[in-house]
Amino acid sequence: MSIEVLLFIIFNGLLYGMFLFMLSSGLTLIFGMMGILNFAHASFFMIGAYLGYQISLYSNFWIAIFFAPIIVGYMGAMVEKYGLRNIHKYGHIAELLFTFGLFYIIEELVQMIWGKTPVSYKVPELLNFPLIQISGMDYPAYSIFRLVLSILIFLAIYRVLSKTKTGLIIKASLTNPEIVAALGHNVPRVFSNVFGFGCGLAGLAGVMAGNVIGTEPSMALLLGPIVFVVVVTGGLGSIKGALVASLIIGMMQTAAVSLELNLNNAFQYLGFNVDVNSILNHFTSITISQLSPIVPYLLLIIILIARPRGLFGKRDV
Amino acid sequence: MLQVKNLNSYYGKSHILQGVNLLINEGEIISLLGRNGVGRSTFIKSVMGMVDSRGSISFYGKEILGRSIHEIANIGIGYVSENRDIFPDLTVEENLELGKKENRNGVKWNTEELFDLFPNLKKRINVLGGVLSGGEQQMLTICRCLMGCPKLIMIDEPTEGLSPQMVDNVEKLLKRIASKGVSILLVEQKLTIAFNLSNRLYVMGHGKVVFEGKPEEVKKNNEIIKEWLEVS
Repeated sequence: MSIEVLLFIIFNGLLYGMFLFMLSSGLTLIFGMMGILNFAHASFFMIGAYLGYQISLYSNFWIAIFFAPIIVGYMGAMVEKYGLRNIHKYGHIAELLFTFGLFYIIEELVQMIWGKTPVSYKVPELLNFPLIQISGMDYPAYSIFRLVLSILIFLAIYRVLSKTKTGLIIKASLTNPEIVAALGHNVPRVFSNVFGFGCGLAGLAGVMAGNVIGTEPSMALLLGPIVFVVVVTGGLGSIKGALVASLIIGMMQTAAVSLELNLNNAFQYLGFNVDVNSILNHFTSITISQLSPIVPYLLLIIILIARPRGLFGKRDV
Repeated sequence: MLQVKNLNSYYGKSHILQGVNLLINEGEIISLLGRNGVGRSTFIKSVMGMVDSRGSISFYGKEILGRSIHEIANIGIGYVSENRDIFPDLTVEENLELGKKENRNGVKWNTEELFDLFPNLKKRINVLGGVLSGGEQQMLTICRCLMGCPKLIMIDEPTEGLSPQMVDNVEKLLKRIASKGVSILLVEQKLTIAFNLSNRLYVMGHGKVVFEGKPEEVKKNNEIIKEWLEVS
C-alpha cells in the first residue's frame, strides 16, 4: 500500500471517527448518567440533517449549522423533561419502549413533512472545492472543515468536563446521582441539559453530514446501531472511551473498504489456488471491503466477550 | 428546627416507617438507635426526600416533605450516607468542591479548618477518592457535607468498620461540629458513642419509635436495652 493511500485512509478514518464521536458522546453520557438506552438518539441526528436542509433553503448553511443544533438540543431537553422524567419511575424497560416509540414517531413525521425520498441537501458552495490534492487524491475543503470543527467540539467537551464545576457534577452523577443531589445540586436539571446537549451534538452531526451521506428518512435507522457499538466498545459514560472507540471504528471501516484482498490472495501467497467453480470459492473470494459493514459488529461481539465493560468503562454493560 | 410528625415511608409495597414522630432542636445531638433493619436509615433518607413518604416533616416551620432532594439539601440539611459514597473517580479536592452548595447560608466551614482536623486529607488532596482507606473516605464524606454549610447534619453509621483510632477521630469531629452550633442526627450502632455525645436518644423498633429520652434514662433502663438494642 502506498503512503498516499495510507494518508487518505487515515484522513477519512479520522473524519468518520470524529463524526461517530459527535453522535455517540452525548449518548454515552446519557447512558452512563441516567441508564437510559436512548434508541431515538440517531433520530435527533436525522432531525438535525433535515433542519439543516430546510434552514439552508430559506437562508444559508451557516445560519443552519448554528440554529439547527440549538433547536434539536431544545427538543431533546423537552423530551427528557416532559417524557422520560415522568416515565423514569416505571423503570428502564418503560424508558426503552418510550425511546423506541419515539424513534418511529420521528421517522414517520419526517416522512410526512419531507417525503420518503432523499432531499437535495447540498454542501455549501463556499466550501465545495478540493482544498488539497496529494498525488491525485482530493481532500475537499468541506471535509477538512468538518474534521476541524469536530475536533474543536471534542476539545470543548473535554475542557468543560475536566475543568468546570458542571463537569464535576456530570462526572459525579455518572457514579451516584442521588448523592450529588443530596449535596444540593439540581440533578434533574443537569440530566435535562446533558440530554439536550447530547441531542444537540447529534443534530450538529446531522447538519454537517446530511449533505454528504444523504438526507433521507432511513438515515437514523442506518446509523443507530453503530452508535451503540461505539458506546459499548468505549465503555458506558466514558467520553474518552467514546473518542477512542469512534476512531478505532472509523479507521477500521475506512481501511476495510479500501482493501480488495480476500482469502484467495492469501492462499495464492501460500502457493495453492482455490478452484473458481468450487463451493469454497464462494467464501474465499469474499473481499475485506465486502465485509466492511460487519466490522463494527464483529468488534462489538469481541468486546462483549473479552471486556464487557468496554475499553474505558467502569461497569459491565 | 426539625419536626417530624406521623411519618410513614414505603419501599414499593413494604411499609417501613409506621408513624414516626421526632424532634430536633437547634444545636442538639440526637441519636437514633435500634437494631439493623428497624428503619433508621430509611428515616434519614425520608427526611432527605429519597423515599416515598407520607406525614409531615418541617424544617424551621416549613413543610419539606415532597420537595426534591437538592431543595432539601439547599435549605440546610446535610446527609452523610452509610455507604461512604465518595466519588471514586474524583480527587479529594474535587469531592470537597462538589460539597459546596448553591445556597450556603448555614454554619460556615473552610477547607483549612477541616484540614487542621484531618491532616491526612490535606496530604492526599490530589489523590482519587477511590484509593483512600475506609476511615479516610468516611472523613471525606463528612467534610464534603460540611462544605455545604448545613444547619443540621444527618450521619448514618459513621464508625462502622473503622479502627478504634478512627472511631475516636470521628467522635472528636462530631463534637467539633456540634460546638459550632450545627445540629446532628446520628444513627449509631456503638452505644458508648451515642451515650457520650447525645443530648437525647430515640430508640426504634419495627418501624416505630419505641423509646425517647436522655442517655442516662436509657442506660438505667435494662428492659429497653435488652428488648431493642442488644445484639443477642
